[in-house]
Amino acid sequence: MTVRLPLEGVRVVDLCVVWAGTFATLLLADLGAEVIKVENPFVLPPMTRGALAHPSKEYAAALPPAAGGYPNNDPGARPWNVHPTFVSLYRNKKSFTVDWRRPEGMEVLGKLIAKSDAVVENNATETLERLGVTYEWLRQWRDDIVMIRMAAYGSSGPYAQARALGVHLESVMGHTLIRGYDDLDPTTSTPIFSGDYLAGAQSALAVMMALWHRDRTGEGQLIEMAQAENASAMLAQGFMDYALNGREPERIGNRSIYGFCPSGVFPCRGGDVALVEDRWVSICVTSDDEWHGLVVAMGSPEWATAASLASQTGRRAQEAEIEAAIGAWTKGWDDYDLFHHLQAHGVPAAPILDGTRAFDDPHVQARGVYQPMTPFDQIGTYRFVTPFLRFPATPLTVHQPPVAMGEHNDYVYRELLDYSEAEYQGFKDRGHVSMDFDASIA
Amino acid sequence: MPGPLTGVRILDLTVGIAGPYATKLLADYGAGVLKVEPPGGDLSRRLGPFRADTPNPEASGTFLYFNTNKRSLMIDLKRPAGVEALLRLAATVDLVVESFRPGVLDRLGAGFAALNARKPSLSLVSVTNFGQDSPYRDYKGTDLTLYGFGGEMYTMGVAEREPVKMYGTAALVETGASAAVAAMGALFVSQRQGIGQHVDVSIVDSHLGGADRRHVSAIAYEFSGRKTPRTPVNARAVLRGPYPCADGYVELTGAGARLDRFAKMLGNPEWLADPKWYRTGALLDSELGEELEANFYPWLYAHTKREIWAKAQEARVLCGPLLTIDEIARDEHFRARGFWARLDHPVAGQIEMPGRPFILPKSPWELRRPPPLLGQHTVEILREAGLDDAEITAVTEVS
Repeated sequence: MTVRLPLEGVRVVDLCVVWAGTFATLLLADLGAEVIKVENPFVLPPMTRGALAHPSKEYAAALPPAAGGYPNNDPGARPWNVHPTFVSLYRNKKSFTVDWRRPEGMEVLGKLIAKSDAVVENNATETLERLGVTYEWLRQWRDDIVMIRMAAYGSSGPYAQARALGVHLESVMGHTLIRGYDDLDPTTSTPIFSGDYLAGAQSALAVMMALWHRDRTGEGQLIEMAQAENASAMLAQGFMDYALNGREPERIGNRSIYGFCPSGVFPCRGGDVALVEDRWVSICVTSDDEWHGLVVAMGSPEWATAASLASQTGRRAQEAEIEAAIGAWTKGWDDYDLFHHLQAHGVPAAPILDGTRAFDDPHVQARGVYQPMTPFDQIGTYRFVTPFLRFPATPLTVHQPPVAMGEHNDYVYRELLDYSEAEYQGFKDRGHVSMDFDASIA
Repeated sequence: MPGPLTGVRILDLTVGIAGPYATKLLADYGAGVLKVEPPGGDLSRRLGPFRADTPNPEASGTFLYFNTNKRSLMIDLKRPAGVEALLRLAATVDLVVESFRPGVLDRLGAGFAALNARKPSLSLVSVTNFGQDSPYRDYKGTDLTLYGFGGEMYTMGVAEREPVKMYGTAALVETGASAAVAAMGALFVSQRQGIGQHVDVSIVDSHLGGADRRHVSAIAYEFSGRKTPRTPVNARAVLRGPYPCADGYVELTGAGARLDRFAKMLGNPEWLADPKWYRTGALLDSELGEELEANFYPWLYAHTKREIWAKAQEARVLCGPLLTIDEIARDEHFRARGFWARLDHPVAGQIEMPGRPFILPKSPWELRRPPPLLGQHTVEILREAGLDDAEITAVTEVS
């Protein structure tokens, strides 16, 4: 018997934009589901394939690397296929195009849904309703379909219509106010996508649970994830402290909510590569034994061997002084040397890696975290991140490099939906089938 | 109404945050999770927050949050009777999840091979810092060190200072969600193909490959040779990030292609009618950016965060107020949606805590039972696994 991937045989229609939904379908795709992205040559979804269809080289150069760091700093003929913010989330997926604002496009979408198990979407509330894509409509094509909708604040309640990316709902859920430096105001909080990570992973989980339920009962369901509600898990201890004591969490930077001391990020010797000017090591001492390990690792300097510092309570009373002294010591160290030195003494520590250095780390290389892939259009071969869950008997591999828009038009129209040559040609003639955006799109 | 995983039995050997969050998710949706605790209990029972800061292993806020709907049995795996009981239990479950350091379970005689020998379709999901075969497999880690290494913490904060992490254990919670996905994947393979396997979830890898920015800074560098830095205090992007206002802060993403929406939010002021603002890339010009902000700040300080959010919604600008926990707890939106769950716990009392992460209408999330007391269900679980009284005594007697 041939071994099959965990979700082999499951087909997922991907109507997602930006991060959260796209991450959900990535996890499903890595696990073996056939994920088909539905794209529209007449609609450039906000950000998802880039803010502009055709940014100039100069414009791209003025953008931060996340938005403008195209291959060889050249947006090329089809920049939407290689937008650095999203490209890595498109591996193992298929893509086809259809203008589903038109009735005949909706019918193509319906036929695809009839052959699918789940639909994932995370558009702004009402976006799909305006197009006529409701759960009731899906069920006309496939009675037991599973659908997940990931509106930022859910489909009911006063904020149902509020638009948000992960950063906004994270603010509403309290995260932005309570992360960051204790001595700087929250305007220094960097916009991050942790809400998207969590919502994406949990949406993949929700779809799998609903498929599990369907396998047993024969019924599909419409899942609702309010991403804001979902994000609350990241603040679990804050919510529990509020529940138990009515207290608000404080911003404490890299210190520990559990009082582990010391806990911080300390400077190391600057790198010798022009690119890298600041290097840091994180250290978090979670027990008195680990403190002893740290003291020995530092060569047992007199200040550190004081009996008053042997207990966490004692250390917390002198937290700032301890941090300053550790920082003075770490400064002379190479971050990797210090990482191994501290771990050899049983102290939790690690270098803070930036995106340029992750590739060369021995762990990263041993685990095959990155792998060369050659996307469509011969833009070259680059190291992309690979599936991160390890299933030894059913290995999750990369069978499709980050997909280009419309790369699987032939497959979807001809093989999957069984349109004749003449019908397929008709869809082409009427603009549904394309690997480029329509000329009307800037 | 039963959850989707009703009837699925999971043996849970995890402690701390990431592993317990994964099994909590499964338990909250109906799986029967048997939490095996060592003598003394899950280490999170010793972490706070505690009511009035008085430690009590039965009422740790962390433990309560991450262990809803589970049953607890206390087993000393350093004793042969404990290991044998664990293996007997393994034969009655659909999945085992653990978070020991790599190799520890093997040395105890309860590794994947031993578990799988009792039931060939049984999988083991391991949640560890670096993974089973990493050169750093024995290295210690915490939310801070693992996120700093694998996640995109380097670019968080300001250039003048050290990188700064997310709140609390947010990074471990993210991994926990991924580990729950891994657990479902393992269950599907067991169920559909009868294959058991040792699934390896690395906390660090879950951030290297997760959705939050590390994949972006890496591929942007690989593509273009450009490094993503932390931003200097006074050089942040225009109209992107938190802004101060009359009573706090709002997060705003108002630049890009839709500056017309931003103008609408401000009531289309005259100064913003000038075509110079609407040229592609205008806000990348630092002088124009400064001019815009100089006009914007007085408006911000004249409005509260809720007023700004309401105007932003009308104008379809991406925005969100920075709310406090207290404001969230009182917020009418989450109240109206029935988000909060009420926990009734024999030691901690009545607590209102965040509820479902997502709504499965036909097989819902539910607080079916409170987080367990240490070893509360030892005898009943061992009896379910078919151990007789003498065998149960051998497991439970204090050595």
